[in-house]
Amino acid sequence: MTALPSSERSLFAEKLGLFLLLAPAVLWLGVLVILPHVEIAVLSFSERIAPRVYAFGFGNYLEFLGEPIYWRTFARTAFLSILVTLITLVISFPVALYIAKFASGKSKPLLFLMCLIPFWASELVRTLGWMMMLRETGVLSFLLQKAGLASGPVEMLYNDASVVLGLVYGGMLFMIVPLTNALESLETAQIEAGYDLGGSHLTVLRRIIIPHAMPGIVAGSIVVFMLTVGNFVTPVMLGGKNGLWFTEQIYSQFITRFNWPQGSAFGFMLLLLSTVIVWLGLRLTGQGFAETLRKA
Amino acid sequence: MTLVGNGVRGDFMSDSADLALLSVVKEFGAHRAVDSVTFDVAPGEFFSILGPSGCGKTTLMRMIAGFEHPTSGDIRIRGKSMLAVPANKRPVNMVFQSLALFPMMSVGENVGYGLACAGVDKIEAGQRITRILDRVGLAGFEDRPVTKLSGGQRQRVAIARCLVLEPTLVLLDEPLGALDLKLREHMKLELKQLQAAFNTTFLYITHDQSEALVMSDRVAVMNKGRFEQVGSPRELYHNPLTSFVAGFVGDANVWNGSTFGAQATGLGIKLSTGAALVGAGSGSGAVSAYLRPEAIALAAVPGELSSLPNRFAGTVSTVLFDGAASTLVIKAEGFPHLRATLPQAGPLAGIMAGAPIGFGFAPEALKIFPA
Repeated sequence: MTALPSSERSLFAEKLGLFLLLAPAVLWLGVLVILPHVEIAVLSFSERIAPRVYAFGFGNYLEFLGEPIYWRTFARTAFLSILVTLITLVISFPVALYIAKFASGKSKPLLFLMCLIPFWASELVRTLGWMMMLRETGVLSFLLQKAGLASGPVEMLYNDASVVLGLVYGGMLFMIVPLTNALESLETAQIEAGYDLGGSHLTVLRRIIIPHAMPGIVAGSIVVFMLTVGNFVTPVMLGGKNGLWFTEQIYSQFITRFNWPQGSAFGFMLLLLSTVIVWLGLRLTGQGFAETLRKA
Repeated sequence: MTLVGNGVRGDFMSDSADLALLSVVKEFGAHRAVDSVTFDVAPGEFFSILGPSGCGKTTLMRMIAGFEHPTSGDIRIRGKSMLAVPANKRPVNMVFQSLALFPMMSVGENVGYGLACAGVDKIEAGQRITRILDRVGLAGFEDRPVTKLSGGQRQRVAIARCLVLEPTLVLLDEPLGALDLKLREHMKLELKQLQAAFNTTFLYITHDQSEALVMSDRVAVMNKGRFEQVGSPRELYHNPLTSFVAGFVGDANVWNGSTFGAQATGLGIKLSTGAALVGAGSGSGAVSAYLRPEAIALAAVPGELSSLPNRFAGTVSTVLFDGAASTLVIKAEGFPHLRATLPQAGPLAGIMAGAPIGFGFAPEALKIFPA
């Protein structure tokens, strides 16, 4: 056995050390993120030309473009997800502002807890809760009849509004947390200075509070958008047949139709959609990706 | 400049004053933060409120700015009551303790913020921003981010941001607190010069007596929510009306004792440590006596101080050399603790610990207050 020269040996040891340090991250990235996506990418480009015979081709993507139900569902998912993100932002902003700047020391953690409590139950249970509220024989319908505002049972499930409602509810926590973090670092004196120099509520909000909260707004919006676009349970349960969420299309291709290549192509389209919209959002608000991640 | 008509008939003093407070009280629960404060500030005056932290001075200022509402009393600016006027509509602008510059805006945008709020058109606003930055010595700084400025420059932006709006009154809440000592000394002079140049009324709040004494035309000393005394810096320093003012403004030797009756030259007191002194003041029974270190005359032998009714002999226990502010700690029979300013130009400049020394002071220099 010939010994390596000592300098080479220490270099080797250094490299090994680095490799071992990086191994968990590399494994996680490789096995759980990159590998499945490569697999899906490869699958999405394979067309079935005969039973059990596949060839490379763009057929799955052409199928997506050619079938209106597919790309309409896709566009609808994109549009509703953006809408859900905006509504979540508008509802969460005052809540976060209150928690960050107006709530006293004692009530602050309590308010945070109240936002968190619904998330102790699974999404399925939370959504079932909404179904009990909204269905024809549900709580709201019953109350409306009792109050004399409705003559018969009212069905409030299985429409776009109920889907949006459920998704907004599910996204709020993920918007409130980064917003509260961003707003907490806003010095109260700056808000006061904004008023002192003659600013109205709107001016102070527009020129001082919102610019300061921007990293939180972008971070929250990205998280809520991604969670919404990829949601499955809420649109299916609250939207029923009218839910038409793109994840359902993926599910049905993989599980019902057993058409994995088509499902993979859909999955890739969804990934593309998320990426493009997040990128657009960052560009429009002038925020850096790294900066946003740091604040989130 | 806006001229407020004098048709509003208020209190006698409110009309000529830029700011008038009438029996203002502010209570937080059972705690009375501001207790029946009345004062007025004349146009162009530099008025300071000096007090220890927690004395209510910040609450008072926040009420004038409009961030707090008085429990009772009235706040008037040029004779008009401000109680129903929200903070953003008052002709008052504030320089915050932290300055509270808007970090996401440039210097020009910070200064222009108030103008934009007031609806001044862009061209005029631009000219006014340029003019004010020029006057505070920041010409050409419009596009600099405020985060890239030095402490003194940030200070000037904060002041320019207020002055550009031509307010009746500028409130300053310890704006020099965050600066280092050298810069603070420099900014004191600069603030005073700015105030004189703009001839705007300044209301300044501080716990630093040197800031208040150097810059102000008049100073109010505040303690436990009340004004102890309002007067010129000289008046406060030389003729304090209360024990608190005597102790808080300037440096002093503080002694406890009791009176033993009027003497030919003043009120006779006997310190709890034994020395018998003659001072100025009132009271009988237990008293506190205040004596400024620089009011003590020093001599190598007590005989040289024959004109002073209070003269004693002692020894130097420590020399605290601090340039012009050097002091001697003197040990003398009947005195607990005595500090005297040591003039560095006199014959005693080279005195060492252990040397015998004579000291004395005029009766009017020893201020006596009921304890």
